[in-house]
Amino acid sequence: MSATPFPAGPIQRCEGRAVVVPGDDIDTDRIIPARYLKCVTFDGLAEGVFADDRSERAGDHPFDRAENQGAAILVVNRNFGCGSSREHAPQALMRWGLRAVIGESFAEIFFGNCLALGIPCLSADHDAVLALQAAIAAHPGAVLQLDLEPPLVRLVAGSEVLEWPLSLPAGPRRMLVSGEWNGTAQLVAHDGELRATASRLPYLTGFAAA
Amino acid sequence: MSAGTLYDKVWELHRVADLPGGATQLFIGLHLIHEVTSPQAFAALNDLGLTVRHPERTVATVDHIVPTTSQARPFADPLAEAMLATLEGNCARHGITLHGLGSGRQGIVHVIAPELGLTQPGMTVACGDSHTSTHGAFGAIAFGIGTSQVRDVLASQSLAMGKLKVRRIRVDGALQSGVYAKDLVLHVIRTLGVKGGVGYAYEFAGPAIEALSMEERMTLCNMAIEGGARCGYVNPDAVTFAYLKGRPHAPTGDAWERAVAWWSSLASGPEASFDDEVVFDAATIAPTITWGITPGQAIGVDETVPTLEQTESDERPIAEEAYRYMDLRPGAPIEGLPVDVCFIGSCTNGRLSDLRAAADVARGRRVAAGIKAFVVPGSEQVAAEAEAEGLDAVFRAAGFEWREPGCSMCLAMNPDRLEGRQISASSSNRNFKGRQGSATGRTLLMSPAMVAAAAVSGHVADVRRLVAAPTTPEPETASTRA
Ligand code: SF4
Repeated sequence: MSATPFPAGPIQRCEGRAVVVPGDDIDTDRIIPARYLKCVTFDGLAEGVFADDRSERAGDHPFDRAENQGAAILVVNRNFGCGSSREHAPQALMRWGLRAVIGESFAEIFFGNCLALGIPCLSADHDAVLALQAAIAAHPGAVLQLDLEPPLVRLVAGSEVLEWPLSLPAGPRRMLVSGEWNGTAQLVAHDGELRATASRLPYLTGFAAA
Repeated sequence: MSAGTLYDKVWELHRVADLPGGATQLFIGLHLIHEVTSPQAFAALNDLGLTVRHPERTVATVDHIVPTTSQARPFADPLAEAMLATLEGNCARHGITLHGLGSGRQGIVHVIAPELGLTQPGMTVACGDSHTSTHGAFGAIAFGIGTSQVRDVLASQSLAMGKLKVRRIRVDGALQSGVYAKDLVLHVIRTLGVKGGVGYAYEFAGPAIEALSMEERMTLCNMAIEGGARCGYVNPDAVTFAYLKGRPHAPTGDAWERAVAWWSSLASGPEASFDDEVVFDAATIAPTITWGITPGQAIGVDETVPTLEQTESDERPIAEEAYRYMDLRPGAPIEGLPVDVCFIGSCTNGRLSDLRAAADVARGRRVAAGIKAFVVPGSEQVAAEAEAEGLDAVFRAAGFEWREPGCSMCLAMNPDRLEGRQISASSSNRNFKGRQGSATGRTLLMSPAMVAAAAVSGHVADVRRLVAAPTTPEPETASTRA
């Protein structure tokens, strides 16, 4: 279970150790197998994170290795979070303790689901991600410092400081930094606009004669 | 940038406001909910002290967790029972219609909304399920959303979204006999990749698409998401209107005429421009089947498992992973591969025409020894119609089990699942590792007719050799295709 509180308010930076899960196209069925979806609350999802991959690798999965316990930043490769739209996937990652994800690319729904939880998914090109993963492997336990403005990640290992620029589209970045990523109130506040939109949709008025 | 497409027109009509984050607030015309992704959303709604803004535009059913053998309550699985009870409580509290078990209208959410006439052209449709793209078959803009967005739609009947680009997928020619929409969409995904559609809406157009029945169009749009496109759609036409006419929620009388006029006005016109276009020839497509662990790892039934040399370099790691997981040798033929379980059903291929196509193959044949084969209708209505035509008897006589409606072995949230290393021939939409309930279970995706062919052959077989005559026409197209 996570020690730090869940994301709230403006999110400008994130600091913590990293856990690397290499591989392209890691889908949400792998992040949280379907049997863990049988729940009416998200509590307790942390134990299901990567459950099948972990049992397949019998203790040798990155999420089981001692040095990765308590990590806050997940580092992945290409098209992470593809497949099912289940929000249980970012929920499980968040409840395990993760607060940010860095990778080559993310599936769109996964990216949006993370954003709605206040978890930034930042990307970098193939070579930069490989270099970052190699640096993490070379410095076990090193702390990553992640900034959203401008987006970059820094690895501090003793006197050595390595840095890579990251990218995060302007819209999501503004939402995170301003704290507007949890936007339900904003949507509800547009009452007049919602009414105006509904009134011009013929299927909402039974296709009444004009 | 696209302009004048159905996507552009529907987007503009539903635009509520521009949000500070750069996204658009989009009005949602139809919100479908089910037992898996709604409980946490209702809980969050309560926490915020909000209510459901448009309960009359919200429709619920139960599908993922229902057993397909006995549906007597309470369910044997207490977790499944708790999920359904929670949904029932939330719907009652907020005045939402729930099409529950035994109502005659229960079924997989993407099967029932079209058959009830809830899904209509020009709507925005959202549901906490990625295969919501199915509803695009009607010329709706339909997409899957996460639980936080379910909460937003419950609270405001809208959500924050970025506009997609639009790619037209034009399919010329005609599909061969024994080749279905499932084969077509697997072929598209195989060609463009599982990530090819990321950032796009797919508009399916061209003569081969216009010739598809509504049920086939639903199969096609259902799997747009497997190609990375969050939504896929077909422009509404006479086939669409013929399907909708007379359905419980379809407009009637003069309103019907006005609806058809409005729906027709939304189709992408000749002046429409697209961000991208890709052209396929339907006639060259063979029955297509997946061999690997993503829906893009698909080949024609007469092809062999691609070797590394035949694979793009960035696809090689996942190909190697797939060889290991599937225990398949590169270069090996897929035809003749023995299977253990045959599953016909799901929101991709659990409709009446799918069952008919499979029954045509099963009729007068027997499921091969040692194979478990079962058919799960997509809804109570599909089950009733199939039983009225005697399809259940055809399947039973051939040695298939005939089950109650639900998601069943499409995913492992109910008692139907693979055991150990079993390999399934499945008419569903995902062949991810572990998808069908066993962490080492293997899935071959194919059309329902191909699943039936595998069941009676005991191994992957080319359905074109089993069904010489063209398949029977489908119900809603019998009049429009003539
Ligand atoms: S049939 Fe499968 S893909 Fe469709 S809604 Fe059910 S679980 Fe999801």
